[in-house]
Amino acid sequence: MSLELRNIHKHFGAVRANDGITIEIETGTLHGLLGENGAGKSTLMKVLSGFHAADSGEIMLDGEQVELASPEDAIAAGIGMLHQDPLVFLPFSVIDNFVLGSPGHRRLDRRKAKSDLRGLCERYGFNLDPALPARLLTVGERQQLEIVRLLWLGARVLILDEPTTGISADQRGKLFATLKSLAAEGMSVIFVSHKLEEVADLCDRVTVMRRGKVVGEVELPVPPEHLVDMMFGQAVEIRGRYPVPLGISHLTIDAVRTATGLLSEEPVSLDVKAGEIVGLAGMEGSGQDAFLRICAGMRAPKHGTVAVAGKNLTGKHYRDFLAADVKYLPAGRLEEGLIEGLTITEHFVLTGADKRFFVDWAAGRRRAEDQVGHFNIKGTEASTAESLSGGNQQRLLLALLPVNLKLLLMEHPTRGLDIESADWVWEQLLARREEGTSIVFASADLDELLRYSDRILVFFSGRVIGELEAATSNVDEIGMLIGGRTADVDMGNSR
Amino acid sequence: MSTRLTNLLLPTAVVLGSATGLLLLAGTNPWDPLRLIVEGSIGWPPFEEGTSAKIGDTVMVWVPIALAAAGLIVTFSAGMWNIGIEGQIILGAIAASWVAREVSASRPVLVALTLLAGAAGGLLWGLLVGVLRTAGGVNEIFGGLGLDFVAVSLTTYLILDPWRRSGVASTSGTDIFPDDALLPSLSGTRLSPLAILITLLAIVGVWILFRGTLYGLKLKAVGRNRRSAFLMGVPTNRYLLGAFMICGALAGMAGTSQATGFHFKLIPSISGNYGFLAILVVLLARFRAFWVIPISFFFAMIAVGSSQLDLRLDLSSTLGGVLQGVLVLSAMFGMGWAAFRARRKIAAGAGGAG
Amino acid sequence: MSGFVNAFVDMFDTATIASIVAGASGLLYATMGETISEKAGVVNLSVDGSMMLAALAGFVVAFETGTVWYGFPAAAAVGVAVALIIAYGNIRLSLNQVAVGFVLFALCTELSRFLGRSYVGRPPVFVPAWDIPGLSSIPFFGRVLFNHNVIVYLSLLTVAATYLFMYRTRRGLALQGIGERPEAAHARGIPVNKLRYFYTAVGGALIGIGGAAFTLDVRAGWSDGRTRNLGWIVLAIVIFGGWHPVRAAIGVLLFGALQAFALNLQPEFPSLSQVLPTMPFPAMILALVIVNWKALLKWLDRYPFLRSILRSDPPTAIGTRFDVG
Repeated sequence: MSLELRNIHKHFGAVRANDGITIEIETGTLHGLLGENGAGKSTLMKVLSGFHAADSGEIMLDGEQVELASPEDAIAAGIGMLHQDPLVFLPFSVIDNFVLGSPGHRRLDRRKAKSDLRGLCERYGFNLDPALPARLLTVGERQQLEIVRLLWLGARVLILDEPTTGISADQRGKLFATLKSLAAEGMSVIFVSHKLEEVADLCDRVTVMRRGKVVGEVELPVPPEHLVDMMFGQAVEIRGRYPVPLGISHLTIDAVRTATGLLSEEPVSLDVKAGEIVGLAGMEGSGQDAFLRICAGMRAPKHGTVAVAGKNLTGKHYRDFLAADVKYLPAGRLEEGLIEGLTITEHFVLTGADKRFFVDWAAGRRRAEDQVGHFNIKGTEASTAESLSGGNQQRLLLALLPVNLKLLLMEHPTRGLDIESADWVWEQLLARREEGTSIVFASADLDELLRYSDRILVFFSGRVIGELEAATSNVDEIGMLIGGRTADVDMGNSR
Repeated sequence: MSTRLTNLLLPTAVVLGSATGLLLLAGTNPWDPLRLIVEGSIGWPPFEEGTSAKIGDTVMVWVPIALAAAGLIVTFSAGMWNIGIEGQIILGAIAASWVAREVSASRPVLVALTLLAGAAGGLLWGLLVGVLRTAGGVNEIFGGLGLDFVAVSLTTYLILDPWRRSGVASTSGTDIFPDDALLPSLSGTRLSPLAILITLLAIVGVWILFRGTLYGLKLKAVGRNRRSAFLMGVPTNRYLLGAFMICGALAGMAGTSQATGFHFKLIPSISGNYGFLAILVVLLARFRAFWVIPISFFFAMIAVGSSQLDLRLDLSSTLGGVLQGVLVLSAMFGMGWAAFRARRKIAAGAGGAG
Repeated sequence: MSGFVNAFVDMFDTATIASIVAGASGLLYATMGETISEKAGVVNLSVDGSMMLAALAGFVVAFETGTVWYGFPAAAAVGVAVALIIAYGNIRLSLNQVAVGFVLFALCTELSRFLGRSYVGRPPVFVPAWDIPGLSSIPFFGRVLFNHNVIVYLSLLTVAATYLFMYRTRRGLALQGIGERPEAAHARGIPVNKLRYFYTAVGGALIGIGGAAFTLDVRAGWSDGRTRNLGWIVLAIVIFGGWHPVRAAIGVLLFGALQAFALNLQPEFPSLSQVLPTMPFPAMILALVIVNWKALLKWLDRYPFLRSILRSDPPTAIGTRFDVG
């Protein structure tokens, strides 16, 4: 089915997320939609899949105009969307997920559905157990489930939104092969991503978006610098990193292993000195987040020791780690960091050093105003946490950090942030580093890892599979390790 | 119309409208029942000669409601629905009854002991709900409810067996407590200035707790986002338990007031459902401590004064209870509607500017 | 001690079991109703009050018209109305489901007392008995299952229907979806909020019918607070039943058994006669504690089959609001 978007406009408040987008996608092509976070790709796809109504513009399918006012309309029109976090029902079985929402008889014939599912799986080489609850599937498998479901419903346009976040290299290979054969069968595939290499690898054509507009469209293959140029407007430079003298050990992890699950099979050891930045790489669920939690004192290892600045804190409560100047910032800013309904001042009072029973609000407000200015937070001391944008929330989180921090542990420090905010975050983190703070962070962004880390630990399947010096490594090397391939051994899909 | 004005007028209009509608439906004009309720509780014209007994009763109904409401503000701030408040009042009453019956001491000491015992009883019962929640993973609504039932059963058992009236065991309650154990009151009435003082102190205390203390701020944090609070270093379980203990203690003292300040004995329905009523009060007061004072008093007036409806207007006294429910429900919906319109306005305004 | 044993053993006779089944009808309707509502994501905390008000409505209509059957639709209507208030308040006005539910509990309880005062002690209209010919002569099962009346039979059918609907039909699966992950259901073209209104109403109707089943059958007649505390039991049983209709139905029958047990104990322990009828309530709560005990759950993780029977997981999106776009 051929698809044409004509002059699509969509705004949210003052933000023009889509500013006159026109794209043509031919039947049976793999069409990439490339752009940085915040370029407007997701909004456009939400319009196309019926989640948002465009303010103006037309959508043509096979030359006929269609109204896509709801997801129901989009499904009826044959448009299927695979979300970045596949929208599956976790406690339900695979077969129930497959069938839920599909049209048909009142009575649910699971047997027929199971045979349909099996047929589709065989055709594309998937291996899905119908009885398994979906929460036991990997992200890659959930994607497979969604794909066969959309195919079963008769999708003729498949939109994939950032599908390679959190899947193994092997599964990615399989996904790409599947997409290629789908395209060959006449499916129109839209591949939305900010990952240049993947788009270049997979797609036939690419549309590049920047700040809500289409800035170019090319037929692949094309030299990557060309794409970079279109995405960013200029070549991206690696921010210079200047060496900082390292101090004493702030974190010593010695042969740590958990009782069950991730990190239970092979011991992990790490020594982080003052002023050092260590990046943790790996696919989602490979063990980096679990490792961070051990470093933060949120989880006690069964074997091995955890010491902070020479003090043995193994098995001690999270609060003892806090007292030892260790701070853990999870990725969910509002879910696990800030408190909805509380003002900026209240946050500062909560995390402040003044522990007296009665609060000095005047002093608290002064401090908050101070920090709001210093960290350039768009808001006032009385703003509530949820009224701030993502970038400003991150600024607030960093502003709330105690002054003398020995160890800062961060989960995905710049996830969901636009470039400007991301740069600013790292500016702050590097400033902290100069003051002697050690930083350990997990990230899915290989560029970020290479740019800022001194060392990188790569996790795979619940163990550390490699340790690299960032200065001498590159994206390919890390990528291989993330996928489980060491120089001599291909760990493949071992799980 | 400005949004703040709408936010105030809309709910008020809805509340007045539904109250009027209710009364009209009940077969009477709106004024008579209201006048009778006022007359039955504080006299009409209010506070005139000879109404001191009534006023005393109304105030002593206000005391447990307001105390419980003050406690509930604490648990609500911690994000908990303390349906167990009834049981906490009851256990306070039971503890105070025990002291009244078993302990002999000089009057001031005895009274102080009944209050302390009441607070302790309620505190323990509240702590139980908290422990069931933090250690047992039982939703506090059901833990509280179960303990409410146990408290009622305990009361009934005590009244019928170990503490039964000399002579024939009766569900009308235990023997009257000795004078020395009763809350000191103004002659001829039940009105106890001590009880009023304690209640006001409790309310002010709760207000200060949340306005000006770090403890209160941490409680709020725990109530809004337990996870983030934990990551900030707040010992969340301890704070949850603390909230239940504070509320339980205040509820327990409400129980003491009921036992030694109103009924002067232990009766089966010693809590008078004031716990649930207090929940309504807090919802209506939008969790603000100072609003608890007038709203509790208003509800107490309805509770006491609605007995007049039966006598004079041939309307059931239960109309009072219905009125209380209608007031809160319409206020909630009025406020919800006003907020809804406000959100609509903002969305429309922002969209236009794009 | 022997008193307890006797009381326990005495329960295992046909007449007792039959009476447990007969007495369970009201709770079965209401529990199925609340399960449906909560599966769709809406907690109806008003059950204790709305059930009572609906019970009154059922009694009044049956009494005034002389026909017992007219009482049930009236009761259902009351249940629907209350449930829709909660749904509307939550979905449209963003009010908290539990808050609105609680206020409605208080209001409906008081309303039932107020409106019902002139009906206290009036002669009840009974649902006529109807032994199913043929089936009712089967030894044991005949007496237990087929020797009742239409309302009881329908209550059992309702359990079956609820189960079959939820787990064997497309719409039932969609129902589970909207309470579990509304965004995912929405993405599949399912009208989440429209369905929430619908299923909340269905739940309310069943709750109402459950109330009427009391005043027109199980505890025919009206008095102040006739169905008091039964609604809270319904809420507890839904949790105890892991939001599964069949498990919840078993919970209802267990509760009935507990009540029968308490009744049997009364002659042995007369001084506790006032207390015992209320004991099943905290017993249920205690059962909830056990079912939720984290330590127990951890131990259960090693026995997946047991776990699936005893585990109690609410629909993930229960109590929350869903906003389109």
